[in-house]
Amino acid sequence: MKSDQQISKKVKLSCRNVWKVYGDNPCQFFSKGSHLDGETSVLSKDISDNGHIVANANVSFDVHIGEIFVIMGLSGSGKSTIVRCLSRLVKPTAGEIFLDDENLLEKSDKELIDIRRHKMGMVFQNFGLLPHLNVIENIAFPLKLQGLKEKERIKKAERVIELVGLTGRENNFITELSGGQQQRVGIARSLAVEPDVWFLDEPFSALDPLIRKQMQDEFLRIQSIQKKSVVFITHDFQEALKIADRMAIMRDGQIVQIGEPVDLILSPKDHFVREFTKDVPWESVLQATDIIDESKKISETAEQVPFDMPVAKMLHLLSKKSLGVAVIDSGGKKIGMATAQSFVAALATAET
Amino acid sequence: MRSAILEKKTLIWIGIILITITFLIFKEELDWLTQYPKELIIPFSDWINFLMDKFIYKFGWLFLNVSWFLSWPINAAQWFLHSLPWVVVIFLVTIVAYLSVGLRLALFTLCATFYMVLIGYWEESMNTLSLVIISVPMAVLIGFGLGVWGYFSKRAEKIIMPILDIFQTVPTFAYLLPILLLFGFGTVVGLIASILYSFPPMVRNTILGLRRVPENIIESAIMSGADAKQLFWQAMLPSCKKQILLGVNQSTMAAFSMVIIAAIIGGTADIGWEVLYYIRKAEVGQSLVVGLVIALMAIIIDRITSGFAIKSDQAKRGRGLQKNTKINYLNFAVLGCVILFILSRFFALLDDWPYNLSAWLAVHINDLFDAFVESFRSEIKLIKNFTLFFIMLPTKIGFQQAVSPFTWGFQLETIHKILYFACFLITSLLFLKNKKSEFFVFTLLLMIFMYVGLTEMPWPALLIIYSFFSWQIGGYKLALGTFFGLTFIVVVGMWPEAMISVYICGIAVVFCFIIGTSLGVWAAHNTIVSVILRPINDTLQTIPLFVILIPFVMLFKIGDFTALLAIIIYAIVPSIRYAEHGIRNLPSEVIEASKMMGATTMQIVFLVKVPLAMPIIMLGLNQTIMYGIAMLVIAALIGTNGLEQIVFIGLTDGNMGKGFVAGISMAIIAMIVDRITKTISEKRSEALGFKIK
Repeated sequence: MKSDQQISKKVKLSCRNVWKVYGDNPCQFFSKGSHLDGETSVLSKDISDNGHIVANANVSFDVHIGEIFVIMGLSGSGKSTIVRCLSRLVKPTAGEIFLDDENLLEKSDKELIDIRRHKMGMVFQNFGLLPHLNVIENIAFPLKLQGLKEKERIKKAERVIELVGLTGRENNFITELSGGQQQRVGIARSLAVEPDVWFLDEPFSALDPLIRKQMQDEFLRIQSIQKKSVVFITHDFQEALKIADRMAIMRDGQIVQIGEPVDLILSPKDHFVREFTKDVPWESVLQATDIIDESKKISETAEQVPFDMPVAKMLHLLSKKSLGVAVIDSGGKKIGMATAQSFVAALATAET
Repeated sequence: MRSAILEKKTLIWIGIILITITFLIFKEELDWLTQYPKELIIPFSDWINFLMDKFIYKFGWLFLNVSWFLSWPINAAQWFLHSLPWVVVIFLVTIVAYLSVGLRLALFTLCATFYMVLIGYWEESMNTLSLVIISVPMAVLIGFGLGVWGYFSKRAEKIIMPILDIFQTVPTFAYLLPILLLFGFGTVVGLIASILYSFPPMVRNTILGLRRVPENIIESAIMSGADAKQLFWQAMLPSCKKQILLGVNQSTMAAFSMVIIAAIIGGTADIGWEVLYYIRKAEVGQSLVVGLVIALMAIIIDRITSGFAIKSDQAKRGRGLQKNTKINYLNFAVLGCVILFILSRFFALLDDWPYNLSAWLAVHINDLFDAFVESFRSEIKLIKNFTLFFIMLPTKIGFQQAVSPFTWGFQLETIHKILYFACFLITSLLFLKNKKSEFFVFTLLLMIFMYVGLTEMPWPALLIIYSFFSWQIGGYKLALGTFFGLTFIVVVGMWPEAMISVYICGIAVVFCFIIGTSLGVWAAHNTIVSVILRPINDTLQTIPLFVILIPFVMLFKIGDFTALLAIIIYAIVPSIRYAEHGIRNLPSEVIEASKMMGATTMQIVFLVKVPLAMPIIMLGLNQTIMYGIAMLVIAALIGTNGLEQIVFIGLTDGNMGKGFVAGISMAIIAMIVDRITKTISEKRSEALGFKIK
């Protein structure tokens, strides 16, 4: 899942220099595109000194087709606001947002409704289900809004109900379901319109730890079938590691670092990122490809492991083979050797 | 923090007290101090009368046409309800009751409606019902429309809210006269008055409901691709259906009580008029028999409408099945109606009940009451005299006049006076020594008040005291409001009457607050008490005000004391409810923590629970005052002397200006007290750091 080979590098959704400022007159700070020059944090401080609240400051990133892009941050870091800017529930104060190379900020309300009806799906932390509708009516709600006939709605909704494993619960009312089941309804509803882009705003944060883990696996399973372009918001670093293809860490409305989970762990950009990464069990994050010893010659007889094998699973092998193992890429070609020593070396670099 | 010398505000209070004493000393010489000079009274009421005359002269035809137009639906509804045989109506109402709540309400409804038939007041009841049936949908539509507008537009809300305040605080009688003058006599006055009185709760509930729609429901609907209309009708409105239906319930109850009150102008031949007729003729038994009809109608209407509101919130299984049962009920209802209708063609008894049991019942009730009064004559007199001589009179005219050989059994001598002042002064100084400056000031003020009496206090002194008190509570805005509001009452010459209203209401409120809050606290700890109190409270809150008067008139005849009792019994309800609610909903950790510190039950109640529940208890006080004022207005019927009586006389004499000015004066008092108590409550809850639910 975490391989970039399955993900084409084509950009699906992209945001450029997005600012969101709350206050009496937030536009005054962006009159001449002034946010583009100067240090982000300087301008940001300037704005908050003027009695305004900066929710997002100069945020830019791309989401590629079929990838899971996770935005991770603590509460108040602006991660919820940025996902609302992307889905245009909130209008950014400045910047650009492109979906399939079309600027969402230039769209009229009517066009936006149309985009939401066909291209976007969103899952909410507190589910946002309608209490007066039962399970299948909730899931078919977006289809109803599009004006689809009841038969067609039910047919489409049945399909996603099966996908999220709620078959048999169609006629239950929302209040009769557990939290995990309610979020399954939320997920099904967001997928009912077969969107390209899938937003998930802390979808599992309101659930118990055990259910949360279950739902994460469930989510990965669904995504492996659906292959949407996903923007996933979370405050849980472990959750981010588990599901992210790439992730961004946010603080004070700004993006601190973007990269694959392993990049963040191996080379945290600053003290703040390191705070998150330091408790991570390395062997579960590092993959075979991360501990290759460049100086060692590739041995033809050595045992082979795939490049994306978690190091945790290799420990047994490494402890026995003093010469190390050969790492092969997806084509079967040997790309380097990994040894117990190189593993310890990788740990040593990460630790400092 | 506090300096050794007196605080600034205490110094100001001492200054005010000195001024008051000076005023009192020069009272004899300067009589404008007690009596605002007649020459200076602004003839506000004459102006209003003049303007109204002009207005009616110019536009009267317009309103008469509206009146003519509106009389059609009423006539149609009356015709319809009259042409249906009573068995059919009872059958229909019972089925609705069953659908709304269940078997128990259905049985209750059956018995209650059958009672209406038996005592021979079916026709009058249907007249009342037809007015309600026509006015409620109009009030609900207007209220809903304004509510939605107010929700979406901040500016609209700013205009709508004060208007609602005015509509709900101006005494109900004061509504009637302008409407009467504009629309002419007849049922239409009742209709319009009840619409005006009953749309505000709908507006409030609509706005509240829409505001409470969770943000994530709105967001998820938008992300599902809802446009503005779909968002409102398919997501927001269904999510706040319960609140909106509660608004319908409140509007219906308000409409019903206003229809009953509107009976006072007559010409409607409805059930309210009958009750009033018998109250005025002092035929208490008969008025109770008929008054019971009103109470029963109110309870049925309330339970049915609130039942639908509560049901809307419950999850239901298997919608398909429900659709079928709905159709079954409909078939059953139609079939039953047809059968009963045909039956009634053959048995005239089922169409028109020929007997009238009310006279027979009334005689027995009268006998019963007479026997009761006879055997407890001395006790009743004792209670009445005790309250009058020792509580009401001193508050009204002060000890200096209230204490006489006839009342207290002795003359007020110098030695008594010295003792009185000495006691109060020593107590106040003790408070001062303990740095309780609020109590110090309060004791001194109480000493002066109780000696002089509320109605004998110089008005400038009261004006200063009230204004400064408001300033302490809510800053200069509240103080200015208080000052100008009270000044208005002074300059239109309504001050003496206003003070009489304040005196009766004040005693009632103090009593309600002490007893009611204690009962509430008790009920919060004792389920049996709670279970006993709940239906009593429900009933008292549901039945229209002037039915409550009847039993008290029977026992104590007319007068201030009867009015006081009626106010107490009605206004005590919110004090009980809020106290119980406040105590029951405290965060349990705090109570557990104090238990673990070894607090006794009593310590927990008085040192933890009551202080923490204070913001909510204060809201209860606020509601008690509002209820008290509402009941006071109705108590004018049994002869009180305050503002409410002027409103009432204005109505019966057709002097709109006078009645209206008095009505506004009452509204001013109500609003000032409302703001003050609410501010205290908000400040307390802010200090405690939690929001009131």
